[in-house]
Amino acid sequence: MEKYKMHILICGGTGCRASASEAIQNNLQDALKAKGLEEEVQVVMTGCFGFCEKGPIVKILPDNTFYIEVKPEDAEEIIEEHIIKGRKVMRLLYTDPEKKEVVSDSKHMGFYKKQIRIALRNCGFINPENIDEYIATEGYAALGKCLAEMTPQAVIDEIKESGLRGRGGGGFPTGLKWEFASKNEADQKYVVCNADEGDPGAFMDRSILEGDPHSVLEAMAICGYTMGADKGVIYIRAEYPLAIERLKVAIKQAREYGLLGNDIMGSGFNFDVEMRYGAGAFVCGEETALIHSMEGLRGEPTVKPPFPAESGYNGKPTNVNNVETFANIPVIINKGAGWFNKIGTEKSTGTKVFALAGKINNVGLIEVPMGTTLREVIYEIGGGIKDGKKFKAVQTGGPSGGCLTEKHLDTPIDFDNLLAVGSMMGSGGMIVMDEDDCMVSVAKFYLDFTVEESCGKCTPCRVGNKRLYELLDKITEGKGTKEDLDLLRNLSTVIKDTSLCGLGQTSPNPVLSTIENFYDEYIAHVEEHKCPSGQCKALMQYVIDPELCVGCTLCARNCPVDCIAGDRKEAHIIDTAKCIKCGACMEKCKFNAISIQ
Amino acid sequence: MDFQEKLVHDLVAKHGTDRENLLPILQGVIDQERYLSEEAILKIAKEMSIPAADVYGTATFYSFLDTDPRGKYVIRVCKTITCAMKGKNQIIQAIESFLKIKVGETTVDKKFTILQTNCLGWCHKAPAMLVNDDVYTELTPESVVDILREYREEN
Repeated sequence: MEKYKMHILICGGTGCRASASEAIQNNLQDALKAKGLEEEVQVVMTGCFGFCEKGPIVKILPDNTFYIEVKPEDAEEIIEEHIIKGRKVMRLLYTDPEKKEVVSDSKHMGFYKKQIRIALRNCGFINPENIDEYIATEGYAALGKCLAEMTPQAVIDEIKESGLRGRGGGGFPTGLKWEFASKNEADQKYVVCNADEGDPGAFMDRSILEGDPHSVLEAMAICGYTMGADKGVIYIRAEYPLAIERLKVAIKQAREYGLLGNDIMGSGFNFDVEMRYGAGAFVCGEETALIHSMEGLRGEPTVKPPFPAESGYNGKPTNVNNVETFANIPVIINKGAGWFNKIGTEKSTGTKVFALAGKINNVGLIEVPMGTTLREVIYEIGGGIKDGKKFKAVQTGGPSGGCLTEKHLDTPIDFDNLLAVGSMMGSGGMIVMDEDDCMVSVAKFYLDFTVEESCGKCTPCRVGNKRLYELLDKITEGKGTKEDLDLLRNLSTVIKDTSLCGLGQTSPNPVLSTIENFYDEYIAHVEEHKCPSGQCKALMQYVIDPELCVGCTLCARNCPVDCIAGDRKEAHIIDTAKCIKCGACMEKCKFNAISIQ
Repeated sequence: MDFQEKLVHDLVAKHGTDRENLLPILQGVIDQERYLSEEAILKIAKEMSIPAADVYGTATFYSFLDTDPRGKYVIRVCKTITCAMKGKNQIIQAIESFLKIKVGETTVDKKFTILQTNCLGWCHKAPAMLVNDDVYTELTPESVVDILREYREEN
């Protein structure tokens, strides 16, 4: 590689690409060429920086200057001012919303300050389509170390000692899983990477594969070495076209460099990776279902045991790990288990990537040590709630998790603490809700998801979740009773106890946790037939304030069902029995006379 | 040999007749024809020596393996909670009124089908949709119409 004096990194995550990062790259390169600087400054398209809220993002190295919301036409100014004259382009810098100070350096931004990036170490730092850049950041060194210096058992012991637990949600110790798979003798074994990310609100696996695909390939090869497998399969959902593309490029490059294929690094170890594409079925994230899908069957789960480590893909010992779990492996090998297990809490070591979404100022991907509190994540990194609204709840763990509230804000986040408060880690999606969100509707949303994604194999999940959904629907329609709440609870317990796989065993969590934490809101729905946050359409009424109404007749003329009556220059009245609650009147009123009650 | 027969034959020749290759073969047909017709399913069953009921049973399990006719461009709007919070319904309304069809329907010229889908993983850039394999994010009722207009005017 040529030696460049400066690097300009452009976020090439799909989010930023959608907002013109390719045009920015071209303009930067043109501007450099015009100044004759193309030999001295390198422009690199990297993976996602995580700070998607303010994209597209351009970062200048070595001084770590962090430009936000960059437009293609800003390219010339960045080159002219920053690169040539050494003056930062102030208007493109990030302003701390709390302190109102301009922060030029990403290390001092609230968003990055508390983060430790292990799984995301290369995302936003290297060009994911160039294997040399990965190698330059210690890439494939861990594989080399394993093959040259460590026995398979020594690698397994290292992973066990690191305390790494499965990042896909279950939290099973990764080292143990590898050990089981290594102990089962067979003529053929498989390493599978589960990239069938489907939890609503989670997108970290996509970002890792888009930003650092080689880290997953390297870890799969290491896993193959420990268990004696020479075949790896990445099962990735078809909804992630860019991640698929980047993986294809990465696999091709790794083969060309002899880092995949036969006799890797002259060690005699063979390992190659192929890809399989999901076809839109959430349950395939469950490992037995995923294996059946790879076998060309319906993606239905089966009872464990036998575990995939004994009898998995094509009946052979198979080890399935999630993308983020794999992304941690090379770092553990390079820096040692003793380094890794000092990060995080005693029983949940290392870091966790969270996807922040919903009503939070800084949406995007973050990676924090286990044990960080929700308050730190939401307020310090996430920048607080949008539009100065009040925090109400954060949903973690997708359809298997629950809603946490104000009182959980100081709970350190780790696998066990989240379980103890009725939620779970899941894959790390965090959807933040404010005072305007109705918790009954939130629970109903998740059940709607589960009903659709339940594979239908076992009755509690297929029928039970449908009944839960119907009860919640009845409550949001204002027809629920207090007895329905008991029924919801009982039915939830039965579904949890009797379902076949993880999907059904956890699907009532959103219901149970919202009843537990927002009982008053449920009571308001069933007793007063009111939705306190005004979200349940059936329970709201549009009302005209006679004080504010000037009788302009605009609302009456726009009402599609003619339910507004009143004479000119007289206050109008809505016939609530006929009203279809479309909201057209409220939108049209110029005097803010119409409100929802 | 008609087009479909050749397509199935080539796909089976490329992937092999083992059961584990069924999904890639079904996906290959979807790529070309956008849905799995009864004839296509029968041809795959015959080529792979798998009961047609099994092929159908597998296909219908997966939401991306459609067995109903679809348009040339399948629009899948994400209906997940974060997209819903950010106005997914207005996006759907804008698409429906632009294409003059409802969710689940296909335009008369067989160009577009509107569907809803579960989380696409674009929660930070909501609302999002897929048009075949292309992702569009941070949609507004105006931008979505511009995007679809480009598809409509294409060829």
